[in-house]
Amino acid sequence: MSKIIVITSGKGGVGKTTTSASIASGLAKRGYKTAVIDFDVGLRNLDLIMNCERRVVYDFVNVINGEATLNQALIKDKYTDCLHILPASQTRDKDALTKEGVGKVLDELSETFDFIVCDSPAGIEHGALMSLYFADEAIVVTNPEVSSVRDSDRILGILQSKSKRAETGDEPVKEHLLLSRYNPIRVQNGEMLSVEDVKDILAVPLLGVIPESQSVLTASNQGVPVIHQEESDAGQAYSDAVARLLGEDLEHRFLEIQKKGFFHRMFGGKA
Amino acid sequence: MSFWDYFRTTKPATAALAKERLQIIVAHERAQRGKPDYLPQLQQEILDVISKYVEIDRQDVQVQFDRNDDCAVLELNITLPEE
Repeated sequence: MSKIIVITSGKGGVGKTTTSASIASGLAKRGYKTAVIDFDVGLRNLDLIMNCERRVVYDFVNVINGEATLNQALIKDKYTDCLHILPASQTRDKDALTKEGVGKVLDELSETFDFIVCDSPAGIEHGALMSLYFADEAIVVTNPEVSSVRDSDRILGILQSKSKRAETGDEPVKEHLLLSRYNPIRVQNGEMLSVEDVKDILAVPLLGVIPESQSVLTASNQGVPVIHQEESDAGQAYSDAVARLLGEDLEHRFLEIQKKGFFHRMFGGKA
Repeated sequence: MSFWDYFRTTKPATAALAKERLQIIVAHERAQRGKPDYLPQLQQEILDVISKYVEIDRQDVQVQFDRNDDCAVLELNITLPEE
């Protein structure tokens, strides 16, 4: 039986796709057979973040409609052996994702994969609801900013009422908070909500804090999930989050202002 | 403003304000969660029916919805004007 994890947020632009790519890659790096599915029909981007945009032949909707088999549509990841990507359709409308269709594809994936990571679209429309419906666990990606925190709370409410687990009265979806674009300097200046503030408001266990980092943009420019940039703070923070997802108990890093060393200041490295 | 304040560049701690505003709106929205969508319309229709007979204001009709473990309670509280 595989574990289905949805990466969701409500608000757009907070880092769902970046997180999906890195969490899925991190799980695969540790040897777990992982599939990552893009649910953003019409606005797919996971393929670009994972550098397989030119290898997309068939997509998720083709598989649902029986126009292609799952094996034809799954794209093998360039960097990690155990990872496969199922891209979203760029041409269809989001209603092409039926509950039965999505359920059938997830069932088939469950036969071979240990983890299925679902990259949700923004909003609370059909595509977003489909991506979270079958989830066993949810990673709610939140920025320390008012609209993102409010939308995260809304998504938590939807997970608790509209997921399959909620409908069948099963054990609830396990929730994780992933705080991204965190800037300790601004937090210290009182300009940004702190980790504790967001935890107080949302009351969800913290999976990780991803610092605001230049490496996220340089990684997406190249189509390499940022978790592969092992020397970068964001990459390390994602590795820690994956470890915690697997049950390891690690202390949170990058919550304090990073002191730059003498040479760093003199010669201006950008990490 | 004192003399020294002209040299200070302290910015107001807006994060604290953000937290306070969020706590209020999130608490409010959580209270609305799980309530049926038809409540406002139900309130309006009850108000319309009673208005045929007695003159009352909108705030005189209160509609409360509470959910306990296995039952839901719809509570109507209508205040009629004094004779």
